[in-house]
Amino acid sequence: MYEIIAFYIFSALSIGMFAIVVLSKNALYAMSALAGGMIFISGFFFILGAEFLGVVQITVYSGAIMALYAFGMMFFDTTRDVKENIKNKKIAYTLSILSAILVMVILCAPFFSSAIQANYPTIQNAGNIQMIGLVLFTKYLVPFELASIMLLVAMIAGIVLASKKMDIKVETSNESQVVKEVK
Amino acid sequence: MITLTHYLVLVGILFSIGLVGVMRRTNLLMLFFSTEILLNAVNVGFVAVSNYYGDLSGQMFAFFIIAVAASEVAVGLGLLILWYKRNGSIDLNSLQSMKG
Amino acid sequence: MEKFVYIALFAPLLSSLLVALFAARPKILFTGILASALIGVSMIASFVLLVDVNAHGALHVKMMDWIDAGNLHIPFGFVVDQVSVIMMVTVTLVSTIVHIYSIGYMDHDKSFNRFFSYLSAFVFSMMILVMSDNFVGLFIGWEGVGLCSWLLIGFWYHKHSASWAANEAFIMNRIADLGMLMGLFLIYWQVGSFQYDIVFAAVKSMDVAIVTTIGIFLFIGAMGKSAQFPLHTWLADAMEGPTPVSALIHAATMVTAGVYLVIRCGELYTLIPHIGFAIASLGAFVAVFAASMALVNNDLKRIIAYSTLSQLGYMFVAAGLGAYWIALFHLMTHAFFKSLLFLGAGNVMHAMHDELNIKKMGGLYGSMKATAILMSVASVALAGIYPFAGFFSKDKILEVAFNHGAYYLWFALFIGAGMTAFYSFRLVMLVFFGEKEYTKYGIHPHEAQPFVIYALMPLGLLAIIAGFFEHSFEGFVTRLLSHYEVHLSHGTEWALIAGTSAIAISGIVFAIYKYSRGGFSKSLENRACYKLLINQYFIPKLYAMYIMQPFTVLSRFLWQRIDVRIVDFTVDLIAKVIYATGQNTRKMQSGNLSDMLRWMIVGMVALLALAIFFRPMV
Repeated sequence: MYEIIAFYIFSALSIGMFAIVVLSKNALYAMSALAGGMIFISGFFFILGAEFLGVVQITVYSGAIMALYAFGMMFFDTTRDVKENIKNKKIAYTLSILSAILVMVILCAPFFSSAIQANYPTIQNAGNIQMIGLVLFTKYLVPFELASIMLLVAMIAGIVLASKKMDIKVETSNESQVVKEVK
Repeated sequence: MITLTHYLVLVGILFSIGLVGVMRRTNLLMLFFSTEILLNAVNVGFVAVSNYYGDLSGQMFAFFIIAVAASEVAVGLGLLILWYKRNGSIDLNSLQSMKG
Repeated sequence: MEKFVYIALFAPLLSSLLVALFAARPKILFTGILASALIGVSMIASFVLLVDVNAHGALHVKMMDWIDAGNLHIPFGFVVDQVSVIMMVTVTLVSTIVHIYSIGYMDHDKSFNRFFSYLSAFVFSMMILVMSDNFVGLFIGWEGVGLCSWLLIGFWYHKHSASWAANEAFIMNRIADLGMLMGLFLIYWQVGSFQYDIVFAAVKSMDVAIVTTIGIFLFIGAMGKSAQFPLHTWLADAMEGPTPVSALIHAATMVTAGVYLVIRCGELYTLIPHIGFAIASLGAFVAVFAASMALVNNDLKRIIAYSTLSQLGYMFVAAGLGAYWIALFHLMTHAFFKSLLFLGAGNVMHAMHDELNIKKMGGLYGSMKATAILMSVASVALAGIYPFAGFFSKDKILEVAFNHGAYYLWFALFIGAGMTAFYSFRLVMLVFFGEKEYTKYGIHPHEAQPFVIYALMPLGLLAIIAGFFEHSFEGFVTRLLSHYEVHLSHGTEWALIAGTSAIAISGIVFAIYKYSRGGFSKSLENRACYKLLINQYFIPKLYAMYIMQPFTVLSRFLWQRIDVRIVDFTVDLIAKVIYATGQNTRKMQSGNLSDMLRWMIVGMVALLALAIFFRPMV
């Protein structure tokens, strides 16, 4: 019973939040709505018994990624409304709805459940985190290490890209002025 | 009772919201937000399937997707800042240099 | 001995390829000498093979597998037996002389090197034709000589008449080759092989109707190559080519390929004597028909061309009546004296600055004694006077016709012999004796270079003595070919010989008598029969009117209606659709990321739809 209520509430909230992200003109609103949406998504993870992922979702998405966005936005002018000349709105909506319908047709089609067998079945008498740890450090060890290298590379890339000419003001950053400033 | 189908329908809705964003937005930062929505929608789908079939692979995939999203944001934002410094705009239309 | 087979076959090819390297260069004397030497090597190898075949019998060489697909096995095999070795010797001997002669004849031509390349290529094709041990090899050689003939007739391609004549020859041969191809297909269909020995073993047990059909189709091919009626018009027009070409291709070798085919397929034709008789009848008809055209023509080379046609008719009479060795014998002797005649005509042409009208010559004996003597020898041989070569072979053919009881054929050939004698000496008289007409045109004739004359000597010698080899020749080739029994009494034989000689001599005497007194009166030229003959029985005009004109109209219709309106239109439409699609979708590539994303999603939707509506796996 609680599960049903929770599902519908979280669904409504996350859909609403994401709709604000997509439709809002104000970047700050959009970002806040995104952060909220992420939290509600983690709610689904808890309902589904994936506590570890739920926690990761909150820490990584709502914590790290949103913080990054927030810092990033400090570089941009966010107080103003985002000016976008949006054309062909109809096409965008038609395509989205069409794809949603198609995806749903595919997903709602009866599964050949007998043909599906769990590769890594859930382990009895073990918590979610324990199970994930077991699978992650046995079967998925190599991808895990690769992911860590990827994160390292991404971190260095982010630092290098963003830190270039940090000391120069944004408005004066066209070439001749930069040269002048450096002198 | 909430079935897998419920979750999948929700995933479909969230995904199409993300698509609307991808198509509608011309601000690059907003495009990033939309891609996050797409990734999250897929994550929910993976975890739901994982739960209903008792298979941990779905959760593993969701985990790696989160890792990919994190690195994508780090690199993407770095590039975005660089672009903004050079052009003073992060509007997609300002990126257009071809006159097709 | 195998290596001599390869030397004989590939020396001409080597010559052609080597000389072809210099084809675009200005004249280099060396190319002519090289080509002549290599053809000479081929000739020597052929003579060695002749001796060997005489001593040890036929030689069968398989070089390699050529086509091996499914049930079709065609080896690159060569057979050097009594028939093909005679052909090889004849071909290479005449070719060598023609090559040497051409060094002198083509002296001033700027395409000297190209000429030798073509000429050697022709010899190679001819060798393939006569040496192959299967019908496909024969056909390849057959087409090869056709191609070289086209190249050489149209050698002076800048002349419209030359290229027209080349195309005419090529197209007429194509028509005939279609018949030959049908014959080959039929053979393969019935026998399942192209090897001569297998095919000839198989035809003996075959339905007569099918053998008849094969025989007819093969003979259609022979008709085209040997320019028999009604496909004869190309030979006279082929005289547009250089004279050595006329001597080699259109007198001695290529045109006799048809006769060779009938001789080679002798075992097939003996099973169908009615077709053989039809061939003989056609041959006899052509013998008289062509000789009659030669009577009045004023073009030096065309007269000799008609004479060739007529002599080919004689050969077909012998071959059709089953006297294969006699046909082959006449083929050989004819090759000698006819090429001599042509080469002599080439000398005359050179002396007269390419003037061909014999009415404008006369009295050339004074300035060109050697050529005059050689051409007279050839003419006597052609007329068939004892002891020259033509006497032995032609007389045998008349005997065969008489022996066969085909008195109409015999009579036709008899008349033909008289005509032959007359037109040969009409030619000699008008060119070498009588009034010196050429002085009116300011021409100062001169004899050809000495080495050219020396090159012609062997041919002159052979034209005189070749006939005496009759018995050894008969003994040699009848080891392969069937014997031909003549059941005539000695008295009849002598009477025939006397009769033929009499008509030939009277033809000669009549020609000499008439033309030493200034020839016929002008009023003859207005007679209907003269008009008929000088216009070649109006056959070229008939062809032009009833075949070429409707065909042109049809082609024009197909071009303007079918090709342009339908075929081209369809092709253009495809291009236009693609072009318009490109023009309209060009804007897709706007360079705008937002648009690209939109298109990406369109693609995604399309793929999703595909996944739903098209699921071959389920």
